[in-house]
Amino acid sequence: MSLFMELSCQHIHKAFQTQNGTIIALEDVTFRTKEKEFLCIVGPSGCGKTTLLKLIAGLLKPNSGEMIFHGEVSDHRSRTALVFQEHGLFPWMTVLDNVAFGLEIRGIRKKERHELAQTFVQKVGLSSFSHNYPHELSVGMRQRVGIARAFIADAPILLMDEPFGSIDAQTKRFLQEELLRLWKDHQKLILYVTHDIEEAVILADRILVMTGHPGRIREQISIPFSRPRDLYTRKSADLTEIKWHIWKILEDEVQKGLWIPD
Amino acid sequence: MAHLEDPRGRSAKRLMDTRLKDRPHLFLFHSEKWFAMGIVIAGLMAWEGGVRLGKISSLFFPAPSVILLTSIQLIMNGKLTTHLGITLWRVFLGFFLGGISGLILGLAMGWSRSLRMIVDPLIAAAHPVPKIAILPLIMILFGIGESSKIVVIAVATFFPMLINTVAGVRQIHPIHFEVAQNYGAGLNKILTRVIVPGSLPFVLTGARLALNMALLLAIAVELVSAQEGLGAMIWLAWQTLRTEELYVSLFVTAGLGVVFNFFLQRITLHLVPWQTEQRI
Ligand SMILES: Nc1ncnc2c1ncn2[C@@H]1O[C@H](COP(=O)(O)OP(=O)(O)OP(=O)(O)O)[C@@H](O)[C@H]1O
Ligand SMILES: [Mg+2]
Repeated sequence: MSLFMELSCQHIHKAFQTQNGTIIALEDVTFRTKEKEFLCIVGPSGCGKTTLLKLIAGLLKPNSGEMIFHGEVSDHRSRTALVFQEHGLFPWMTVLDNVAFGLEIRGIRKKERHELAQTFVQKVGLSSFSHNYPHELSVGMRQRVGIARAFIADAPILLMDEPFGSIDAQTKRFLQEELLRLWKDHQKLILYVTHDIEEAVILADRILVMTGHPGRIREQISIPFSRPRDLYTRKSADLTEIKWHIWKILEDEVQKGLWIPD
Repeated sequence: MAHLEDPRGRSAKRLMDTRLKDRPHLFLFHSEKWFAMGIVIAGLMAWEGGVRLGKISSLFFPAPSVILLTSIQLIMNGKLTTHLGITLWRVFLGFFLGGISGLILGLAMGWSRSLRMIVDPLIAAAHPVPKIAILPLIMILFGIGESSKIVVIAVATFFPMLINTVAGVRQIHPIHFEVAQNYGAGLNKILTRVIVPGSLPFVLTGARLALNMALLLAIAVELVSAQEGLGAMIWLAWQTLRTEELYVSLFVTAGLGVVFNFFLQRITLHLVPWQTEQRI
């Protein structure tokens, strides 16, 4: 069980220098998380969602602004575990070694880390595949391996970048439930990027709606549904209303994108 | 925690089976191979018959049976094994020296952009030069003895190894580095767990090209400047018009190439179990 960690982003600015000038990816992004929250981030393509996760993971440095982890500004290592959309697994490692990677880095001995990894592989329902290589698994199975690897690392903050983006609807629902169960068991803060608005509403305690060019947080929406959420939640009128509300924000955004010349 | 089955209902066993099936079978001969063997045998028999009937000049094309006898003779009196041993020694030493330096510089260049920027133009200029052409220059520097031969072979192996290693490191998906970094991997772990395995398929391709190059150069160097080795044996046989011996040394040289490639393929299958499509 991980220590609870709170994250606060203060006035984050991030720009990329390219040959064709400067791209402002994020401008004045400020938000703070609540305890063990499931926070979803939605927004149009290119609004800086991936950039935001990479900043929090410490893979990029902001141009200005601060990220405060549990009250202190400091190095990000081992506080976050990132789950990528694709290509996140090492193709040259078996499922077991992929899952155990974080433990290996921490210097835990092979026998121990494999034992622990095996229990996590089991948790995501892949125990009979622990000695297979990623290319021998389906896309959905690979994402479960990525999730197991992130959970085992015991980082208090889990960053997920469209983890189920390229998975069919049925498998996706199944994986979402699996993820929620792991989240409940392991008490983590999850930042979950998706472009699927229904997915965000079903999963999240709160949703950050971002708009692009430059990327900003446009609105923060709390989701009132109790958990566990089931099929009826998916059908409820409230859900439709929230979805509609987010769609409106993004619609404006898309139109702005179309009508305002750069 | 509930134990969950894969929604597609595939079993690990089945996946393992397909993995094995995808591999080329190196030991089992397919019917195509039998066919090819048949053609070779038919050709040899026609050759033998042609010589016996006096239709083919036995000076230029000594009968296969004569070649076989000669090779047994050459093995028995130790001539062939000595020459073969010397060539093998040159090939392996040159391959080892050139390959290791190509590998190390290649990993470093793949990793460091600035090193790449500095070294790339030099490589681009030096690589296309046919390596046998620098033998005289090397001899001026290293003398006419053994070391200049090894150096030329090493130089020729160096380039394919270097170029493939650099490409191998460069094609590693950036996400793999980000994952390693995200989990707090240091340079050491990034090297051993990302760079080396990630570039390995390319490195092995480089090694295969390099080994072939080493054999090519060893023979070439021996043709022009040695008293011993398969290349020298070929040259001597030609000069004294002992064509049986010429054929024996040629076949042994060709056989060496085949054996090298066979072993490197086997090694690759063992070292790169995560790749199904073999790009060998
Ligand atoms: N390495 C980079 N160099 C230059 N520009 C970049 C780089 N990474 C991102 N950008 C720019 O920053 C902006 C935000 O990119 P980002 O990948 O964060 O978007 P996103 O919200 O994740 O989009 P998507 O939903 O399509 O994944 C884009 O305009 C992109 O062009
Ligand atoms: Mg993205």
